[in-house]
Amino acid sequence: MSEPENLLFTVDHEWVRVEGGTVIIGITDYAQEALGDIVFVQLPTPNDVVSANSTLSEVESTKSVSDIYAPVSGRVIKVNETLSTSPELMNSSPYGDGWIAVLEMSDEHELENLLTLEEYQKLIDN
Amino acid sequence: MAGFIPHTAGEIDEMLAFLGLGTIGDLFDAIPESIRLANGDLRLPPGVSEPDVLQSIEDFAGKNIPVSSDLVCFAGGGAYDHDISSATKALASRSEFVTAYTPYQPEVAQGVLQALFEYQTLVSRLSGLPISNASLYDGASSLVEAINLGVAHKKNPVVWMSQGVNPSFRTVADTFADGTGHEIVTIPLSNGLTDWGSAGPQNPGVIVVGLPNYLGVVEDIPALIAFARQRDAAVVIVYDPVSVALLRSPGALGADVAVAEGQAFGVGLNFGGPYVGLFSTKSEYVRMLPGRLVGETVDRTGQKGYVTTLRTREQDIRREKASSNVCTNQTLIAITAAIQLSWLGKKGVTELAQRCYSGTQYLKGLLLGTGSPLTLTSDAPTVREFAVRTPIPPETVVERMINEGFLAGIPLNSGFDGSNIHGSLLVSVTEKRTSSEIERYADAIQRVVK
Repeated sequence: MSEPENLLFTVDHEWVRVEGGTVIIGITDYAQEALGDIVFVQLPTPNDVVSANSTLSEVESTKSVSDIYAPVSGRVIKVNETLSTSPELMNSSPYGDGWIAVLEMSDEHELENLLTLEEYQKLIDN
Repeated sequence: MAGFIPHTAGEIDEMLAFLGLGTIGDLFDAIPESIRLANGDLRLPPGVSEPDVLQSIEDFAGKNIPVSSDLVCFAGGGAYDHDISSATKALASRSEFVTAYTPYQPEVAQGVLQALFEYQTLVSRLSGLPISNASLYDGASSLVEAINLGVAHKKNPVVWMSQGVNPSFRTVADTFADGTGHEIVTIPLSNGLTDWGSAGPQNPGVIVVGLPNYLGVVEDIPALIAFARQRDAAVVIVYDPVSVALLRSPGALGADVAVAEGQAFGVGLNFGGPYVGLFSTKSEYVRMLPGRLVGETVDRTGQKGYVTTLRTREQDIRREKASSNVCTNQTLIAITAAIQLSWLGKKGVTELAQRCYSGTQYLKGLLLGTGSPLTLTSDAPTVREFAVRTPIPPETVVERMINEGFLAGIPLNSGFDGSNIHGSLLVSVTEKRTSSEIERYADAIQRVVK
């Protein structure tokens, strides 16, 4: 699977799609591949305020637990409830139906800290 | 397969050569000379013949009077003198159960895993809560884990602990709270019931109550649950697994977590252990469940099988985010309890509880007739034990009753300081006590307290 064009990325393999003052967040194809079959997603709590690089969510595969970090600071305004019953969507559709949450950004300048598609591809090719 | 496979001299030489070492002593080079034991420095006495060893151990053991027909047991307090069926003893002592070491590989341990699954199912039936783990060490450590779960879930480290919870359990909880930083507040008893009204205005994360409590008293759990919901606290019920056969289960009453000491089922008094800790909770807390959990699944050919499951809860995977560090259980004792419970069946457990209740009521009646020197510490309803005030110190009563052939009960002091329970005697009647034993006890105790 190749990464969609209009995304930004983090070094921890999260992707971000900017829509106005909000961002949609998920994990990349590289991440879901490394994790293996995802069996449980601890979704963030709506209305929680998070700061960049703090833990946003927790993902469990059959043999590991991984933190998902907030790429930017902001308030959680929506979470993907479908992941509660179908966590495997993060494996089958990491950029689509497997999205995790929507944040209302508190500081758009933080987007400058994220990686472009080229920068991310270089990271995972190494 | 042979029982013991030693290293041969040749294999030892081969291994030393591979390591580039000369002798086995070289393996211990890292230990400084100054702290080594010189040869023979263990100062053991000269060897003794087998019959002499056995005799000296027998003499030493003879200094104890075990609970038996020479010392009829009326002491309870969390460990009870119950009948253990011969079937339980025979099955629980099978070498497949006794000698297996960490038998959790599904490829070779389906028997043990299935037995633990059955144990979990039985505990859920007793507690009325759907998820039970594969056991913990004992009732006290189960309580600690229940507190850990409640605090983690509510994100509130304040714990209200009823004074009616077993004082030994409370001491263990205090010890762990030293490390976890949880703040345990003791809520005192009044007339044998926890006086929740006397608690402060703060909102606790966890409330702990006994059912029945340590004094054998049935507390008003529905009122407590309503109170806890108002304060958004998790409720942990420490129950007696025999008494609950006559009561609404902790789950039916609304407990978030229910824990118990399982010694009553197939496990002798054994000087305090090993016992087994029962732990049950609601489905929504399954990912915070401590310890081992056996799950039922199907293999790739569709056959039913058992595995340890949800391992991501455990500390070796979840690391610092685990709600608990326990990653073991008490397999042999848990299986023993499951065998005894299967032997009793639902009807048998109820009859067992009934007989304990009847015996206790009978003794209560005999002890508290007009002109009796003994009084109750509480008029609240009890199930299988009760606390009485005696005109002389309870320790003296116990001493004198030994000469009458009875283990009279448990003197209540530590953990009950400043209350009217301090200085009373906790007395318990199990199904093993005949009416003749009960009558002789009542007669003897009223004599020795004069």
